[in-house]
Parts: sequence; C-alpha cells; structure tokens
Amino acid sequence: MTRNAESGAPENELNAAHGMSVVARSQSQLVRRRFFRHRGALAGMVLFGLVVILAVTSIGAGPIPGWWDKDPTTTGSVVGEGRPTLSVLPGFLGGGGVHLGEHPFGQDNVGRDYFALTMRGAQVSLLIAVIVGVVATLVGTVVGALAGYFRGWTESVLMRITDVVIAVPTLLLAGLIGVIVAGRGVVLFAFFLGLCMWTQIARLVRGEVLSLREKEYVEAARSVGTSARRIIFKHILPNTVGIIIVSATLTIATAVLTESALSFLNLGVRPPDTSLGRLITDYRTALSVRPWLFYWPGAFIIAIALSVNFIGDGLRDAFDPRQTRVRD
Amino acid sequence: MLVFIARRLFVSIWVFLASTVVVFFLSTRIRDPLADARQLPDGAREAAMAEISERMGLDDPVLVRYFNWLADVVTGDLGVDRQGQSVSAALEGAFTATLQLITGATVLAIVIGIAVGVISALRQYTALDQTVTFVAFVCFSLPMFWVGTLLKQFLALDFNDWLADPTISPLFVGGISLIVGLACGSLVVGDRRSRLTAFGSATAAMAVLLLVLSATEWFADPGLGPIVIALSAVGGALGFTTLVTGLEWQPPLKAALVTAGIGVVAALALGPVLEDPELLTVVGLALLTVAISGAVGWFLGGELYRRTAVPASILTGVFTGAVIFTDRMLQSFADYSESVGGRPISTIGAETPNYSGTFWESGLDSVGHLALPTLALVLISLASYTRYTRASMLEVMNQDYVRTGRAKGLSERAVVTRHVLRNGLIPITTLVAYDIGTIVGGAVLTEEVFGWSAMGSLLFQGIEQGDPMPIMAFFLVAGGAIVVFNMVADIVYAFLDPRIRLS
Repeated sequence: MTRNAESGAPENELNAAHGMSVVARSQSQLVRRRFFRHRGALAGMVLFGLVVILAVTSIGAGPIPGWWDKDPTTTGSVVGEGRPTLSVLPGFLGGGGVHLGEHPFGQDNVGRDYFALTMRGAQVSLLIAVIVGVVATLVGTVVGALAGYFRGWTESVLMRITDVVIAVPTLLLAGLIGVIVAGRGVVLFAFFLGLCMWTQIARLVRGEVLSLREKEYVEAARSVGTSARRIIFKHILPNTVGIIIVSATLTIATAVLTESALSFLNLGVRPPDTSLGRLITDYRTALSVRPWLFYWPGAFIIAIALSVNFIGDGLRDAFDPRQTRVRD
Repeated sequence: MLVFIARRLFVSIWVFLASTVVVFFLSTRIRDPLADARQLPDGAREAAMAEISERMGLDDPVLVRYFNWLADVVTGDLGVDRQGQSVSAALEGAFTATLQLITGATVLAIVIGIAVGVISALRQYTALDQTVTFVAFVCFSLPMFWVGTLLKQFLALDFNDWLADPTISPLFVGGISLIVGLACGSLVVGDRRSRLTAFGSATAAMAVLLLVLSATEWFADPGLGPIVIALSAVGGALGFTTLVTGLEWQPPLKAALVTAGIGVVAALALGPVLEDPELLTVVGLALLTVAISGAVGWFLGGELYRRTAVPASILTGVFTGAVIFTDRMLQSFADYSESVGGRPISTIGAETPNYSGTFWESGLDSVGHLALPTLALVLISLASYTRYTRASMLEVMNQDYVRTGRAKGLSERAVVTRHVLRNGLIPITTLVAYDIGTIVGGAVLTEEVFGWSAMGSLLFQGIEQGDPMPIMAFFLVAGGAIVVFNMVADIVYAFLDPRIRLS
C-alpha cells in the first residue's frame, strides 16, 4: 500500500501541475478505489474467491453435481496407505509432476476421499460463517440503532441485554446452545451462533448513531415530521454502513474460528454433518500416522480466516482512511 | 468519580445476576440427567433415579432450583454435582490450575504485544512493520486447537530429541542469524550504510554465539555464569536509564549502575542461600531487591533527579534479580532433564506426577509443562495487542502536541515516552482489561488440547452429564471475570481520561 501511495502521489501532483482535470469521485467510488489499492485486501479477495469456488464447484451443492467424481461419504479400499497424491513440483525439478492424482488430499482409514471430505467441511464452515455474519449484523445493527436513536429507557434495556450477553463467555453460551440444538442441522446451529455474536456490532453502531442523531440533517428531518423509522433507516444507517460492513466481515472471520473451536470441543457440528473443525476433531488421533488428515482442514480454516481478515482490514482502511497514507 | 464507580458497580451486579439466570436455564436444558439411570434394570432403576433427582432437585421447578442455588452461593456453597461431590472443592483446584496456565501467558502476551506494536508504529511502513502486520494477521487467523496439537506433536518431540544431542546444524545457525540480523538492521534509523553495518554485525554476532553454544554443548547443561550476569546487569542499567531519562544525566545512571553492581555482588554472596530456597525466601529476596534498589535511587538521585533515578534503579534491580533467578534455574536444568528421562518439554498436564526436587527443579517442571500452552496462548493473543497498540500509537503520533514536542526540541526519546506512549497506552489499558476478562473462558480450548484438568473440565463434566452445578461454577469464575474486568476497564478509562467521567 505504501508503494502505491508513493508512486501514485507524484503522478497526481504532476497532473495538478499541468493544470489537468481534477476528477470528481463519489463516496462509493472513493471507497472502491482505496479498497482495490490495498494489496492485502486484494490478495485476500482472490484467496477467498478461490476457496469459495473450489469448495462449491468441486463436489457440487445439493442436487447440482460438481466436477469432482468422488463422494465424501463413500468408503472404499485404501490406496497407498491413503497418502495424498497431489503433486505440485514439476518433473524437471525432481518432483512427481503437476497432477491431482486419484486422491489429491489422501484418504482416511476407511478409504473415504479426503479432498471431497475437506470440500464438504469447507462448504459447511463457509455456510455457517455467512449465516452467523448475516444474523449477527442484523441483530447488532437493529439493537445498536434503536438504542442509539431512542436513548432513555430503550437504550438502557437494550444495552443491559447486550451486557448480559457479553458477560457469558462465547464458548459457554454457544456451546450450551450448540448442545441443545444438536442434531437439528447446521443452519439452526449457525442461526443461534449468530445470536451469540452480535454484541460488538451493537456497541459500535450505537456509538455511531449517538453522534449522528445530533447532526443538523437529522434535526431537519425530525422538524419536518419524518417518522423515526424513516430517519433511522434512510438518514442514519446509510452513514454507518462503513462500520457495519467492516464488523460484519470481521464477525465472519471470528465465526469460522468459533465454529471450528466448538466443533472441536464436540459442542458444535456433529456427525453426520461435518465441518472443518469437526474434521480436525475426527482425525485428531491420526496425527502421527496420517498427518495429512490433520493438515488440510486446518490449512483451509487459516486460509478462510486470513483472507476474510485481510478483506476486513482493507475495508476499514477504505472507509476510514485517516490512518493510512493512501491518497484518494 | 465515586458516584461513577458506585453506579457502575450497581449495574454490573444486576447484569451478572441476569446472566446467571440465562446460563442456569440453558444448562438445565442441555441433556436429560437421568438418561443413564433409565437404562438400569427394573429393580435398581427407581432407586437410582430417585437418588439423582433428590440430589439435583429435579422435582422442583427450574426457578426454585435457581433460587436454591443462588441462596447457597450467597453463603459461599456451590452445591454438589450429580455424583454428590462438592463443586466448591473441585472449583478450587481447577481455578488454581487455570490461573497458573494463564498468568504467565497473559503477562508475556501483553508485554511482547505492546512492545512489538510500539516498535512497529515507530517504524511505520518499513519492511519490519509490514512483516509484523502480516504475522499478526496470520496469528489472528490461527485455530488455537490446531496450532496446539501441532506444537505438541512436533515442537515438543523434536526439541526433546534434539536435546539428546544439542548441536545446531549450520543451516539453522545461518537462518537464525539472518533473521536476527534483519530485525536489528530494520530497527536502526539512518542511511543505508549504518543499517547494513547493524545487519552485518548482528548476524555475525548471533552466528558466533550459536556456534560457540553448539560446540560447547551448552544446551545440555546451560547456565549463565558470573560474567554474563555482570554484563547483563550493566547492560540492563544502561538500557533502563536510557528508557527512563536518557544517558546524559549523571545521577540516575550512577544509581542504576550501583544497583547493578550490588546485584552482581549479591549473586556471588548469596550462593549457598540460593542452593535450594523456600518460595518464601525467594519472594523475600525479590522484595528486598526492590527496597534496596529504590533506596539506592533515592539517595544517589538527590533532590533533583529522584523522580527518574528511583524507577531506573528499581527496574535495573528487578532485571538483575530476574537474570540471577534464570541463571539458577538453568543451572539445575541438567539434573532435571535427567530425572524426567531427557524429555523436559512436556505435552500433557500441569506437572509430572509425584515429582519432587529442589525449588529450582520443581520450578523447571512447571516451566516445562507450561512452555507449550503458553506459547500457543501467546501466539494467539499477541496479535490483537500488537495491532491495537500500533493503531493507537499512530493515532497519537499524528496529534498536534506531538509535533509541538518535536518542534520545541525535545529529544525523540522524550517525545515517544512522555507524549506518545502515555496517551497511546490509555485505550490499550481498557483493551487489556477486557481481554483479561475473557481469557478464563477462552483458556478452555488450551486446557483441552494440553490435557490440563482445570476450569474447562468442570464445564465439560457439566455438559456431559446435564448437570448445572459445575457449569455454574465455571460461569461464576469465567463470567465473573468478564463482568469485573469490564467494570475495571471502564473505571480505569474514566480515571485516565477525564473527558469520559466529566461528560
């Protein structure tokens, strides 16, 4: 991002010096421009896109078949101790050539294709993370906006509820709920997990709304008799969209890690469903015999969390460029 | 301020009460506590079910059970679990273990995280800063249980194997020296030449050090020896004086150096006392160190320099004490290593069962068991401290009063320590307080991975058996910590930043 700023700066000055045109840009154009200049965020986008495309297209989703011919549940004979056949080192460098092979990520002890299993886990983990992101953002935004706008009793009650949820450790709250809804599918689990993770967003949004509600344009809207709902949704929330998007992204990254931790502790996703965290638990004891069963899901968790964190960082810089030298 | 604290306390108590209600209700719903009793043959079934119901109060409505529990808690009794064991007793042991696990890790993470964040902010947009940022992001995204298991499998086993024949391969020497050299080179401000010099000399020094350590098999029987102790004490004196006031003032520097000297002499004189001391002796010596070095600073500092001489002297004293302590511990390493079969880094539990040794050896036993979980915990929590410190520092560094400080000719050290650090660390204190609160609840994962029977075991026992009592005991501590530290954070923030309490 520095290089961009440094190499971009003289160019701008040059343009100005030659009396060339100054380009007018809208707010969203500015944000987009800053975002795409953030190298980390761009790399994160690419990595995240690749993971999503790989996870969705390889084994397909629901009734739609994917390009990978094996199924995550079919057992079979274990070939070559179930070692991964994936090879990325070309032949002239002393490797086995670039190919996927029969079982690129190897097989587990009953011969299931581990690539298909990992993809299935990645799909579920991504699904859970997105649902958590949406639920947490919706609840957090509404709670924060109502508390910040109406103040008084509404604020006291809503913020005390937020405090109560904060007081319970996430692993405990989500774990208890995870056990209660066990066996009713990952979507319900994800929904409740989202209900455990909205407090941060609520606090941030409330803080923003508290300052925005004192602005002149809100006063103007109120004075012409605009309804509270319209003021909140048309005048205030659009101005907090930066904060909301950034925290939604970071919530998704946290959700991936929380879900996998819960599944690891046996409090989250359970068989027959699987997820990346679940895979790690299932094959935890295999680490010394078949370490690849342990590596792949972990690598995918890191890839997802890392890329989403980078995207979040880029978005934060894009919406709030005070701390960076990136020029508009 | 008192009104502010009283109001905050009142709110916290109600919030905590409300959250106990939530957790209690949820934990009565997780599982049927009579499930296994129902499986019993006809004759025994009724009796077993009746006994468990009686013990857990299953015949009462949930609300009654909650108030019974609350009434007991107020008198300090946490009830009995499904087997009839006292939960209070279990909690005591579990809490000690968890405290032991998280204390060192938290302190380390805070100190290292803030230091790295400050450095990274001071060298904004350098290669060092970019590397730190990237590493922080990776650490953010690590699944704790995955890293922990990997550390257990590879770091511990490989390290223990390596200790059997502690020679460092040339490749390793080169790698470590290069990393250290690069870090030193990027820390230096100046032109290309001085940076290259720093890089070159640091790399060479590190390489020589490693080669010597490897050739003398130092790692098999480590120790520092009086010369290294003396050198580090003097180095500490110079470093802390620079940090506190700068080397240009004589009295503080003299005080720190005298303290270092006393420390080194004490290390030699105290030899027999430190052979196998009691814990109380060590604590007493630590307090004595603070007192003596404080006195040295007070008297040598004189009227004019007291304010800087005392902290410089105390810091030096404590540092020298820590070096002596480390030296003693390292010296008993060979004996300890032998007594545990040459595998000092342990992967399971909090201590070697039935182990007894000198003060230093049992200390090493704890360190060996704490090493891996601490490393894992530090790796994960380091990142957020680094990022927040960096952001907060950068925000302060752009303030007008910092520019004023520079403009009126203050030294860079004064600007950084007096103007930037003091204000930049205010938001960090709150963050640290919030974080400490959540650590007890979050350590559950670490405990599970490293097989510690601590707070997490209470939680899992409760969840497994559908028994609210252990879960509530866990929550009283974990949730209580969150509520208390959130309150502390708010109060400290109001104390440090008057704008909050006056608005």
